[in-house]
Amino acid sequence: MSMFPGTVAFDEFGRPFIILRDQENQKRLTGIDALKSHIQAARLIASILRTSLGPRGLDKMMVSADGEVTVTNDGATILKLMDVDHEIGKLMVQLAQSQDDEIGDGTTGVVVLAGALLEQASSLLDKGIHPIRIADGFEMAAATALTHLDSISEAFPVNKDTRDNLIKVARTTLGSKVVVKCHQLMAEIAVDAILSVADLEKRDVNFELIKVEGKVGGRMEDSMLVRGVVINKTMSHSQMPKVLKDVKLAILTCPFEPPKPKTKHKLQVGSAEEYRDLRRYEHEKFLEIVRRVKDAGATLAICQWGFDDEANHLLLSEDLPAVRWVGGPEMELIAIATGGRIVPRFEELTPDKLGSCGLVRELTFGTSKDEMLVIEQCSNSRAVTLLMRGGNRMIVEEAKRSVHDALCIVRSLVQDSRVVYGGGAAEVSCSLAVARAADKLSSLDQYAYRAFADALEAIPLALAENSGLSPIDTLSELKARQASENNSNLGVDCMSNDSNDMKAMNVIESLHSKKQQIALATQLVKMILKIDDVRSPADQ
Amino acid sequence: MVSLNPTRILKNEAEEEKAEIARMSSFIGAIAIGDLVKSTLGPKGMDKILVSMGRNSGQVEVTNDGATILKSIGIDNPAAKILVDMSKVQDEEVGDGTTSVTVLAAELLREAEKLVEQKLHPQTIIAGWRISVDAAKQALANASFDHQKNMNEDAFRVDLENIARTTLSSKILSNHKEHFTKLAVDAVLRLKGSGNLKAIQIIKISGGLLEESFLDEGFLLNKKVGVHQPKRLENANILIANTPMDTDKIKVFGSTIKVDSMAKIAELELIYNYPEQLFADAGVMAIEHADFDGIERLALVTGGEIVSTFDSPDRVKLGHCKLIEQVLIGDECLIRFSGVELGSACTIVIRGATQQVIDEAERSLHDALCVLAATVREPKVIYGGGASEMLMADAVSKVAARTAGKEAAAAEAFAVALRRLPSAVADNAGYDSADLIARLRAQHAQGESTMGLDMENGCVGDMKTLGITESYVVKRQVLVSAAEAAEVILRVDNILKAAPRRRGPDRRPC
Repeated sequence: MSMFPGTVAFDEFGRPFIILRDQENQKRLTGIDALKSHIQAARLIASILRTSLGPRGLDKMMVSADGEVTVTNDGATILKLMDVDHEIGKLMVQLAQSQDDEIGDGTTGVVVLAGALLEQASSLLDKGIHPIRIADGFEMAAATALTHLDSISEAFPVNKDTRDNLIKVARTTLGSKVVVKCHQLMAEIAVDAILSVADLEKRDVNFELIKVEGKVGGRMEDSMLVRGVVINKTMSHSQMPKVLKDVKLAILTCPFEPPKPKTKHKLQVGSAEEYRDLRRYEHEKFLEIVRRVKDAGATLAICQWGFDDEANHLLLSEDLPAVRWVGGPEMELIAIATGGRIVPRFEELTPDKLGSCGLVRELTFGTSKDEMLVIEQCSNSRAVTLLMRGGNRMIVEEAKRSVHDALCIVRSLVQDSRVVYGGGAAEVSCSLAVARAADKLSSLDQYAYRAFADALEAIPLALAENSGLSPIDTLSELKARQASENNSNLGVDCMSNDSNDMKAMNVIESLHSKKQQIALATQLVKMILKIDDVRSPADQ
Repeated sequence: MVSLNPTRILKNEAEEEKAEIARMSSFIGAIAIGDLVKSTLGPKGMDKILVSMGRNSGQVEVTNDGATILKSIGIDNPAAKILVDMSKVQDEEVGDGTTSVTVLAAELLREAEKLVEQKLHPQTIIAGWRISVDAAKQALANASFDHQKNMNEDAFRVDLENIARTTLSSKILSNHKEHFTKLAVDAVLRLKGSGNLKAIQIIKISGGLLEESFLDEGFLLNKKVGVHQPKRLENANILIANTPMDTDKIKVFGSTIKVDSMAKIAELELIYNYPEQLFADAGVMAIEHADFDGIERLALVTGGEIVSTFDSPDRVKLGHCKLIEQVLIGDECLIRFSGVELGSACTIVIRGATQQVIDEAERSLHDALCVLAATVREPKVIYGGGASEMLMADAVSKVAARTAGKEAAAAEAFAVALRRLPSAVADNAGYDSADLIARLRAQHAQGESTMGLDMENGCVGDMKTLGITESYVVKRQVLVSAAEAAEVILRVDNILKAAPRRRGPDRRPC
């Protein structure tokens, strides 16, 4: 350890000065060693994700600390479940996470791109270029790439009439997932969900209104879009009606029980008379509560809290169906969907605070006792629920993740309708543009520019490799054709459709997503290149 | 110097298995699971003894139900876990075919392993499988026949009986299958198409013979009548309550009771068993501590309403039945409600020599009931005995022959895996499977699509005349789930294991 520069200094008698506390217990990496080690770690992570890229990418099987199995090819999920220990590894995980939060799609791509950039940086470092010069060069190259992306982007109109086109886009995103089997259905579900929620004037989509529920069993084809709310609860009493029509809902966050003072108190019962009085009071309170709800005109009570058997029976005999133990987010969704108000006290319940909907029914699944409550035909049809079905838990989970990705891509189109073409077409085009720009530079940044251009090619390379094509041949042909035909729509033909025109194949990615990928990856690389010293406690 | 060290990005005990090794590990795990349950397939399949571990260690269970076996074995291999999960879902969804689905998935992977060795890309194999699944599903749908069109009750009943017989013949009940077939079909037909299996109650009483099991048209409750109350009631009105019959406890406020002497408490609360005495005096039969399920089922049967308060007896809807009496079965005393209003519920009493036999009988009966309920819901049937598998395999082979490209090899492999199912059935019965399957295949090639394996005589027979039929829904689910699970496993090229969570020593009393 003492061989690192700056760790230990010696005086003229050869005795060491102690500069840092506990320095023998610390691990330290500095200078080029630190950089190399970081680049190595980042490349390892990128190489794990690389095989999941594209429509023909393969899945990863993740085993959690408790032995739970997850099968996925969603980059963010893989990284989240990976037991990463390395500092730079953690940075990569966060990188994928931020792409996931911002866009929701393209998480694999951003990690692969960052890995490729670092790989290129490594060879530049070997040439003796200072890391800061590389980082700055990358930054400028990224800016060039981004402006080029803007120039090749095309408008993609989004409104109710372009549903078919949107479905094609959603299909592209779903193409790489396990749900390809019912491609069309899933894409339709995702697009319809977004279109019914989207505010096309403000170009905004509120994700809170879309809930993705999974239920194991049945076939994937049985997945559906419920224009309303699905809650994983049943009527509180087994003899309450299973189907309700033209329902008025009272949405309550107060328990069906006599009011409790919040201050600390003690009540003493001294005689039988008092006891009976109390009992009568309690009973009357129950009756009063039920009557209040009835008087307001409610035909269904949704309660966040529970109520005991006595209240339950009272509700049944008063013909007031009720649902108990409904979770907070569901309550909100129900309130939004039915146009009702959440009522915290029985006293405040008035007819105009009730929500209304056309149909409430119970869904039953399979041979075991599995029921769900569906609230449909709501006054505000904007809240929707996506119900995913599938053969086993892993498939359902994966279907949920895939549909989430599809939802995200459609949403980003609603927000910003400009698109670029996928299948590596945008990357190849950017790479050509950056390489052209490099020739015009007179400074050292030329090298960084060229490296950046090479790194961008990693995406089409990985796509071609995963699709079983010869990567170098495919890429060089693509580059030649893009340059000669000046057509930025040419990409890797992953599905063997005998066509490279991504526009015709409807392989579309939103401009926003692509720009975000390049910007995020460059930022991360810049950050990693700036680190030249790592201190960490040594392994015990 | 330092950068020469291998960079470790994962935690200390976390593992990573890559490409070939990952694929091998999942193939091996899945195939091992398939082989484990393979020997229980078919009418001559063998049973397994499961000895439990941990808390109730030493308990023995004998079964040939795939889902039960897989549920009970501890598994570490992630791919195997996927298969176990799938069979559980199959059990919940259709109740039967848990073994078939596991074996089919494992056979698919066994074929896939060979294809991967021949350097076929997993995605190509999956593409081939998808083509095959579509073809097989189509063939299955075409071969299925439906009684909905000419709703002939008798013919439908015969079909149901055939299905129940086919399901039961692979279980411990096979010797008494006629008896149990009738039981199961009667029970399911009483549900009148609702398919609500909750209304069928199964009571297990050890002692006696399996043949002594019977279906009771009324409802049996495993409870005793209070002391000194009438043991037999005719034209009874039944009040069903789920609340204790003593003074209500007050729930308001943090009330405490403070009294000067015992006398006052007696005033407040009724003495235990006092209501029972009151009932006896009034000549009312009261049953205490009926369980929750029992109550709901009783409400369902008698058409009563479950009450939780005794305040408004006039508004409560009472249940009715013709006769309530106490009956003695074995050494158990049960209460029978007969002549109930809604005849949609019933009770099956299973008798048997040992607990294990009864448990297994219950599982088998449950399978049969599930299949029947599924058939009633979607009344389509197909021929069993391997006929449908051969049919699907033929259809897939034909598609494979027409497919251009590498997918054809995968489709052909799918057909091979499908043919492995009847071959396992024949193997388990101790017949020459290669010969039988070849003959069966020849018959099918000549268009005799109802031919299957006759395991009684060890030859190829016409399933139509033998009356071996299965539910279409179950078969389709087997095909789809198995292909789905195999696909999930095949798509994996990397296994990342997190470091196992450290657990403290188990301090639970055992």
